[in-house]
Amino acid sequence: MFPYLTVLIALPAVGAAALWALPASARSKARQIALGVTVIEFALFAVMALQFDKADAGAIQFSETYSWIPQIGASWALGVSGIGLLMVGLAAILVPLAMMSGWRDETDATRIRNYMALVLLSQAFMVGIFAARDVFLFYVLFEAMLVPLYFLIGGFGGAQRRYAAVKFLLYSLVGGLIMLVAVVALYFVGPGGEQAFLIDNLTGIEMSATTERLLFLGFFIAFAIKAPMVPLHTWLPTVAEEAPPSTTALLVAVLDKIGTFGMITLCLVMFPNASQWAAPVIIVFAVISVIYGALLAIGQKNMLRLVAFTSVSHFGVMILGIFVFQPTAMEGAALYMFNHGLSTAALFFLVGFLIKRTGSAELSTYGGLQRVVPIFAGSFLIVGMSAAALPGLSPFVSEIMVFIGAYPVAKVAVIVSAISVVLAALYILLTYKKVFTGPEVPSLAGTKDLSLREKLAVWPLIIAMLVLGFVPGLAIDYVSAPSADAVAHVQLEEANA
Amino acid sequence: MNFVTPEIAWAPLTPILIVLGTAAVAILIEAFIKSPATRRTVQLTVTIGALLVALGFVIVQWVGLDGSAGDVVMTGKITVDAQSLAWQAMLLVFGILGALLFAARTSDGEDAFTPLGSVPPGSTKERLARRAGLKVTEVFPLLLFAVGGMMLFTCITDLIFLFVALELFSLPLYIMVALARRRRLLSQEAALKYFLLGAFSSAIYLFGAALVYGATTQIDLESIGIAIDFIPNRDGMLLAGAVMVVAGLMFKIGAAPFHSWVPDVYQGAPTPVTAFMGAATKAAATAALVRVMYLAFYPLEWELSWMFWAVAITSMIIGTLAALVQTDIKRMLAYSAVAHAGFILVAFAGLTPEALVALPFYLLTYGLATIGAFAIITQVRERAEDGGIGAEAVRLGQWAGLGKRSPFLAGAMALFLLSFAGIPLTAGFIGKFEVFSAAIAGGAWPLVLVAVIASMVAAFFYVRLIVLMFFTDAPEGADEAIAVETETLTRVVIGITAAAIVILGILPSGVLNIFESAAHLLVSAG
Repeated sequence: MFPYLTVLIALPAVGAAALWALPASARSKARQIALGVTVIEFALFAVMALQFDKADAGAIQFSETYSWIPQIGASWALGVSGIGLLMVGLAAILVPLAMMSGWRDETDATRIRNYMALVLLSQAFMVGIFAARDVFLFYVLFEAMLVPLYFLIGGFGGAQRRYAAVKFLLYSLVGGLIMLVAVVALYFVGPGGEQAFLIDNLTGIEMSATTERLLFLGFFIAFAIKAPMVPLHTWLPTVAEEAPPSTTALLVAVLDKIGTFGMITLCLVMFPNASQWAAPVIIVFAVISVIYGALLAIGQKNMLRLVAFTSVSHFGVMILGIFVFQPTAMEGAALYMFNHGLSTAALFFLVGFLIKRTGSAELSTYGGLQRVVPIFAGSFLIVGMSAAALPGLSPFVSEIMVFIGAYPVAKVAVIVSAISVVLAALYILLTYKKVFTGPEVPSLAGTKDLSLREKLAVWPLIIAMLVLGFVPGLAIDYVSAPSADAVAHVQLEEANA
Repeated sequence: MNFVTPEIAWAPLTPILIVLGTAAVAILIEAFIKSPATRRTVQLTVTIGALLVALGFVIVQWVGLDGSAGDVVMTGKITVDAQSLAWQAMLLVFGILGALLFAARTSDGEDAFTPLGSVPPGSTKERLARRAGLKVTEVFPLLLFAVGGMMLFTCITDLIFLFVALELFSLPLYIMVALARRRRLLSQEAALKYFLLGAFSSAIYLFGAALVYGATTQIDLESIGIAIDFIPNRDGMLLAGAVMVVAGLMFKIGAAPFHSWVPDVYQGAPTPVTAFMGAATKAAATAALVRVMYLAFYPLEWELSWMFWAVAITSMIIGTLAALVQTDIKRMLAYSAVAHAGFILVAFAGLTPEALVALPFYLLTYGLATIGAFAIITQVRERAEDGGIGAEAVRLGQWAGLGKRSPFLAGAMALFLLSFAGIPLTAGFIGKFEVFSAAIAGGAWPLVLVAVIASMVAAFFYVRLIVLMFFTDAPEGADEAIAVETETLTRVVIGITAAAIVILGILPSGVLNIFESAAHLLVSAG
């Protein structure tokens, strides 16, 4: 069988290397080449997705297992269930769109080349992480990904970008190194041998309750930093404010999903009892994230920070959905991971376009743009309402699934979290009101409406959200079986205990 | 008492004899070839040739082992086993890379060494010597002596012989440290400091060895190990002796609190020498410490563990914290070397078999990155007043914006720094992973946690340099560092080490296999 996943990882990596090897004369074509690579990547993903056996979405498909470093038990093992497939898909869809949205951010040919190469490299890591079926491989990619990201944030962006890059790196390293201890220890807890780190070999192993809990925490803290869960979220607003919006879009829409993805595919699977043990506390923090993120979003004056805080709130909903251990809620969370990717990326793109036009991210500098740029305003309203989970747009489906699914077992949490729906409407509508309605700001009179390139970057996402909003089954089919399996796995362990 | 001539099987020592023999010949070359330029070429050829031939012999011996544990050269004194062959090969590689750096010159023909070591710095004689184009090509035989001594160091199983080998490789290092072309006073001060502290630590070692002998009446490692079991209550003399012997070796590894020479020597020594000794001394001393601990003092593992824990933790803390506040890049890397010494000692927890694989691998990755990083430092120079090439730009601020001026040097430096920090897909990560595995196998959870915290803090100063190189623009009109139009030899070294760091980071299996089959110490006496 064709090794789709390996090729999906190798293609952007080779593309990045090719860009760096490009002679100076051809450097002006770096953007086109990079976009070409990501389009091929997307096409390849589409071919793979068509061959995915939906009926068996809970099983790991497209498996590849090769011996990598047998001495330490590491394998090059790849494979995706339905959830993994959606996440790889998210990376394949959003990277070319992000490239288009940031098409004119840089003018210097060398810098454009570097930017595009780093984005390609990040894509290789993203696909690799979502496809990894070996804990060691997962960890290696998880940490190594920091390097291109660090350069993306620190090299391209606002005045404080270096501070933001270092903050991002230190937060991630703290999580990563704690996880490293857990990974090393896992070798000794698990079966050992040449395939010691295969996730399948680490499922259902016997260990003492204390060991399991410590290991769980080692992984969970790293994921909670990634997924930004309060109180480990403070790096995100800083990074969002300083990094270029197209980078932040990728970071929040795809990379941060590694946190929630890791919780589902690693924490629940390897440490079911400890997950049960920690669930009450995690749910409390998740609910705090939901409300706190939404409240802070209302209070923001900077649009990039605002969008970042909405994401903190939404990630809270996902984590809530995961840790109530109910099939519907889990499905909703998994679905939300995908839908939130579409919605947030579109929101960051649009805010980025706005900033590009006026040079300001401050809400106070805007007003009355509705009549100047009607198409922009309309797009913004739709995307904004998707973030506020308006029915008819796909995030609504996933959010409602989380709440309905979680209600029977976590009534208070759901009731409190549901307040965020109101708060979300507030922060989106208040922003819309400030930027697009009211008296026109004279200096904004000549602002241009969305260009063709910008429409091409945003509208596919809007269409996808509308389609999945009205026909959610298209995506649910991929997540329901793996979600049910994950929940069953945790509950089975509970029954045994 | 009869004196019996010991039987010595010379054959397994061939590589060491080649290196030391060539060193002796190289000294004669000094005497007989007058023209400095010719002498340099001849010395370089002879040195590299000898090291390569020795490496070839090591490989032949390795293949010849064919699963057997190795050969006893001299019962109880010298043993050439798979473990020592692995270390010897590593030291030879470091030696070759070091020799290439020693020979490198800037575009105006200057090498890193003073034209005449014996004249006072800044004197008329020094100027005359420089004008006459004199060259200290003695560094090549000195390097050979050091490498030979280190190789011998890795296969000795006797406390007295160990001392001899220790001095054999230390003395040439003391001299080489003093030979810097620029900042000669600093260099000489460093050499004197290194020499005095080295002599001090040798004395401690020797005293310790005497105490161990007194307690066990044995001098070879295996017999000591056996004798310790028969000593009731682990008497104080034995423990004191063991602690002192270990302390003497830790001095060479550069672990805190025996590290006070490290920053001064790293800073003062000619940078190629720093590169070589930073990599090789640590490796050789670790190899010897492995042998001492695994053959002799393993029954004292529990009693000595407090020392290993304390020294490891102190090294990691002092190394990282002090590195944070350095403004001189060589001193920063020196303190980072102290922190790495701490990581090395972490692997000794519990004296697990895993450590016998982890340690050589760690030292290999660390050594390669060290040589590469210091090789880059030799290339980043200040502009001299006459517009020519000046001294090395060692102040951190001078590295600002290097990424724009010389992407190759800055990129390679970033790679080495990431490897020091242990970021995945570099060799340093696999090394760190192996060391942590060994320590956890030995039950040293808390030690690993400290190491992890130290790694986080350490990442901060490695990254700071990367920030400087790539994201900071050089201030206008400042004495910005210039990247020298490099000598090919240095580029070769940087290229080789960078490639090795990437390859060992992504596909370490082959090398791990070698070290795994070398993870047995030959026990001869019985």
